[in-house]
Formats: sequence, structure tokens, C-alpha cells
Amino acid sequence: MTAAALPAPSPLALRLRDALVITVLGGLLALPFIGLVTVEEGGALAVRTRWGAWAMTLVAIFLGRLAFRAALDAWRSRKPSHKSAAFSSTDAVLRRAAGTSLLAVALLLPIFFADNRYVIDTATTLGIYVMLGWGLNVVVGLAGLLDLGYVAFYAVGAYTYALLSTQFGWSFWAALPVAGALAALFGILLGYPVLRLRGDYLAIVTLGFGEIIRIVLLNWTSFSGGPNGIGNIPRPSFFGLPFARSAEGRTFHEFFGLEFSPMHRFIFLYYLIVALALLTHALVSRLRVLPTGRAWEALREDEIACKALGLNTTTVKLSAFATGAMLAGFAGVFFAARQGFISPESFTFSESATILAIVVLGGMGSQLGVVLAAAVLVVLPEVGRQFADYRMLVFGAAMVTIMAVKPTGLLARREPTVRLNPSRSSAP
Amino acid sequence: MGYALQQLINGLSLGAMYGLIAIGYTMVYGIIGMINFAHGEIYMIGAFLSVLTYVLCTALGVGPTPLVLLAMLFASITFTALYGWAVERIAYRPLRGAPRLAPLISAIGMSIFLQNYVQLTQGARIKSVPPLWQGGVTLWSADDFRVTFGWAQLTVVLVTLIVMAGFAWMITRTAFGRQQRACEQDPKMAALLGIDVDRTISLTFIIGAALAAVAGVMTVLQYGVIDFSIGFIAGIKAFTAAVLGGIGSVPGAMLGGLLIGFVEAFWSAYLSPEYKDVATFSILVLVLLFRPTGLLGKPDVEKV
Repeated sequence: MTAAALPAPSPLALRLRDALVITVLGGLLALPFIGLVTVEEGGALAVRTRWGAWAMTLVAIFLGRLAFRAALDAWRSRKPSHKSAAFSSTDAVLRRAAGTSLLAVALLLPIFFADNRYVIDTATTLGIYVMLGWGLNVVVGLAGLLDLGYVAFYAVGAYTYALLSTQFGWSFWAALPVAGALAALFGILLGYPVLRLRGDYLAIVTLGFGEIIRIVLLNWTSFSGGPNGIGNIPRPSFFGLPFARSAEGRTFHEFFGLEFSPMHRFIFLYYLIVALALLTHALVSRLRVLPTGRAWEALREDEIACKALGLNTTTVKLSAFATGAMLAGFAGVFFAARQGFISPESFTFSESATILAIVVLGGMGSQLGVVLAAAVLVVLPEVGRQFADYRMLVFGAAMVTIMAVKPTGLLARREPTVRLNPSRSSAP
Repeated sequence: MGYALQQLINGLSLGAMYGLIAIGYTMVYGIIGMINFAHGEIYMIGAFLSVLTYVLCTALGVGPTPLVLLAMLFASITFTALYGWAVERIAYRPLRGAPRLAPLISAIGMSIFLQNYVQLTQGARIKSVPPLWQGGVTLWSADDFRVTFGWAQLTVVLVTLIVMAGFAWMITRTAFGRQQRACEQDPKMAALLGIDVDRTISLTFIIGAALAAVAGVMTVLQYGVIDFSIGFIAGIKAFTAAVLGGIGSVPGAMLGGLLIGFVEAFWSAYLSPEYKDVATFSILVLVLLFRPTGLLGKPDVEKV
């Protein structure tokens, strides 16, 4: 449309040719998977053709490539001016305002939706993902270590609470620190041999570890209940006051003189995860300006320089890894307490991938970005079932695209936490 | 005795497949110093393509079995190599020179994408095809136990040997092989001497994918059952094989693959089949702990 306005050897023609080449290649790639499909018919496989779907894919690739190219060029040409403004003070003010309003919404939500269980439940799920995202952000975003089996620590936390409460009658609050410590211990045991080596090894070992934990939970029936999982996990009480219509001793609604409502428990669970998430946030923000957190970020930027400055990189990595694992353990306890039932099905690789996608899409190191990405990930599948099917496909593609376009993530903040100029204080 | 011999044969054919996949990991690692996380999915795509070709051949009434095998190999290698090339172009090339974490994440994204892509387009249910060859040679029999080397297993071992011989010839004797080894040693120097490093890296991915495709065909041949998630575990095991043999070393990858195949076969036979994946994984951790360079690898020196 703007061929005439653009300078010399018609970029439009170039773009069209580029899109055409991509379409031919994409069409070849798509042919055996989208154009043809094997279906089971009468006990044997048969091949069916789907030329319609294939043709639509071709059109989509062609148009998509054109749009992507145009967007990429626009993005790249505006980058220089954008970069200088990235760390401006208005940006920081905007972030703070967004953070504060999000917090206000989070705190006030149950007041507006006091008897809408669906909204509260979805918000609670969102809270879990935000907490997991923040926990993984310590490992991936701050320390720059790729952990692909994060869900394993989540599972350790969940099973710890489930076993302690059903076998030994431990309460939620007693099990919480134990589960966190146990998850951190697992993190240290796993990380110790691997963290001395290069980052890629950590990624694949954590990937394997996540799978191993699942396999062990699935097969060690006498310990974990195997595929049947563990049921009847006690729900957390309000400092000893249970959320029941009636119980021995006083219940929550009797103590506060309220009418009994099953919603009390859901709202309590919601506030509990909000509190846990805020605690995580406070911890991470605080650690970030402490020497430990600064060492993490230094490590992410340049490992050799860290060694040269006398940091013990293994200890620094281990501390980040263990902190992340501990936070996942806490989230796991909450998950088990909320569901009342857990099984290995909840701790698959796709769960790890989802949490990683939240961190990557939100921008590694950005606390606000994690919340927004988690909201997109949790809320969109609720909107439409079709989207739920394509969720991981879209996230995988988005991870590749974001890395190619902006490797720090969409909302990443690589602002130095320490500045040599003392006039500007560093905000966590 | 007979039982152990049978496990040795099973381990051999299993190890051949792991070795083929492991070479892809080791070559890519050798040349760009990164783990190709999407490699397991590439293998899975190879397996799906060979099932597709098999079913097409049956539907079209393509005759003798060796012809079907050749068709499977041809179609699977061609398209899988194309996928391997695309993975490099999309997930690795734009990120050359980016921070280390970026290509890792984009490769993971690629792996998630490919797995879901196959699941959505081909369905989540397992695909099973009847065996191409029945029976085998009986090597040893006693009482009621027979040690057989199945025709399918024999084919797997033979095809692997042929492919490996061809591959070794290509790496040691051809111009491409020299370029590939030169880029592995020092990409900058290779570029100064007029080698197109980008092209060599592309070709490395293509060859790795082609070998993974052969492994995919062999899986279909030997087991006849696949689904969209097979790339995940096979990828971890082949990677373990590559690390065990010494990552970056091609003979090491083959050796590692065989060892992993034997460990898995014997572990399943004598200990517990449910925990065979745990066994492989423990090997990975132990090797990383005590001998990170693997059996045949060179120490990894990081330069500033």
C-alpha cells in the first residue's frame, strides 16, 4: 500500500518475495502434519487428507510473515529512541502505579465478588501461578539459571504437606516451613553436582529431575498412593478455627458471629495465597538489594567476571536455586491444602513449561511482568475452551518469538540495582 | 545365560537408536556449544513421518518390505531434515551472539511448540502399526527359552551400522566434514579461512535431524507404537548418552548410546522396569559429578 512512498528497490516486492519463500517452505513443513493425518479406522491406521486446512495454513503463513516482517522492521527502527527512555523516571512511576493498583484490585476483589465462587477460584489459581512465577523468577530471571523441572519442587512441597497432614496430623502452618525447607534441600542436593558445570547441564538435569520425581510418585504406591494420589488432605484453618458448619470446639463463623457460608473458606484461601505471594514478593525484592541478590544478578550478566571478583559462583547459584525451590515448596503446600487431593498428574512437564512461559513472557527479572503474564495464562483458557487447547502451542511460539525480538522479555527490567551516582536512589 | 544374551541383543538395538539421536546432540554441541533442546522432538517428528509413510505405502499397495523401509527412510529423512533446518533458522540463528540463556529458552519454546503442534494435528492417541517383519533368527535355545535376534532388530543394527559408516566417511573424508571440524575447533578462524560458518551450522542441524529421523524409523520398525510425547524421554536419554560418551565427541555418542541401551535393557530385565528412566538419569548425574568430560570427551575450557 505504501510502495510508492518507500525508497528505492521496492521493499514491498522484497517483502512479498520473502513471504512467498517462507510460505513455500512452511507449506512443505506443514504438508505431512496438517495436509495429511493418520486416523484409526477399524483397528488399523489410515491416511486422510486435509487440503482445506493445509491451504488455510499457507494463507496464514503468507499473511503472518508479511505482518511479522512489517512489525519487526517497525520495532527495530524505533528501538534507538526507545532505549534511552526505557529507564526514565516516568517509567518507574508508571510501574509503581500499576503495581499499587494491581495490589488494590487483589485485596478488594473478594468484596466485590463475595458470593461468586468461580471468580474467587480463578483468582486463587492465578495467585498460585504468580507465586510460582515469582519463585522461578529468582532462579531464571535474577540468577540466569534455566530450571526446567521447577514443578518437582512444587510437588515436593505438596506431597510433604499431604503426607504430614494425613499420616501425622500436622497442621498447615506447621507443615509450611518444613515443606519449604525440604524443597530447598532437594534443590541443594540436585543443584550441587550440576551447578559447578555450565548452564545447559542444569537445564537438562532439572528437566530429568522433574520427570524422575513424577515417575517415583507414580510408582512408589506405598509411599505416595501412586496414580491414585492422596486424598482427604485437611484444609487450612483460620488460626485454629475450622471453616465448617459445625465442629468440636468453635468454628470460624461462630467465633466471629457470622452466618455460616461455604464462601468463607474460599475467600480465606484466596487471601492466604495473596499473603503468601506478597511475602514472596517482599522477600525477593528485599533479597535483590542485599549482597546475595546483587551477586545473583552479577552472575547472570557475567560469570567469569564474578569469579574474578572473588565470588564463589557455586554458592551463589545454590542460594538462588534453593530460594526458588523453597518458594515452590510453599506454593505446593498451599496447592495441596486448597485441592484436598493431589496426584502425580498435577506435576507434569507441561506445568513446568507453563511457569517458565510466565517468567519468560513477563520479562525475566520483572515482578510486574510475571503478574501480567500469569493473568494472561490463567484467564484466557477460562474464556474459551479452544484457546485452552492451543495454549501451549501459542506459548511455545511466543517464547521463540520473544527471544528473537527482545531476549530480555517483554517487560524486562535490567536496571542496575546499584548506581555509582548517589543522587539517584535505587528502588527495589 | 540365555536370558542375559537376549538382553544383550535388546540392549544393542535400543542402544543403536539412542546413539543415532545422541550424535545430533553431540554435533550441535560441538559446533555451537549448546544443547539442542528441540532434538528429541525432531526424533519424534521422524517417527511420525515414518508411520505416515508406512500407512501410505500400505494404502497404495507398495510391494516388498525392503521397498517400504526405503520409502520410510527417504520420506522421514527428507522432511525431518527440513524440520531440523527450520529449527536452526528460527530458534538459533537470530540469537547468535545473544546472552546464553536466550537460545536455551527459544529452543525450549521450539520443543514445546513442536510437541503441541504434532499433538494438535495428529491427535493425542498413540499410533500403532503392524510389524514390518515378523520372526527372527534363533541363536540359542534351551528348554523352553529361546534367544532370538528379531529381523526388525537385525535391520535396526544393520541400518545403524551402514548409516554410521556413511556418516564417519562424511566427517573424516569430505570437504564438508573438514569444514564441520574446523568450525568446531574455531569458528572465527574458520570464517577467516573462507568457510561459511552459518551454512556449516545449518548443515550440522540437518545431518543431526537426518540421523534422528533414522532413529525414528527404527523405533517404528522395532516397536511399532509411537505418540507425540516420545521425544521427551528419548531426548533425555540420548542426551545422557552424549554426556556419558563425552559431549562433542561423535564416537563417544555412539558408545554412550550403546551403554545406555545395555543399562536400560538389563535394568528392565533384572531390576525394575518402572524405574528404568530413573536409572538412566542417575547415570547422567553421576557422570556429571565425577567425570564431566565423559568417557571420550575433551575438557571444556571456558575462554574469556
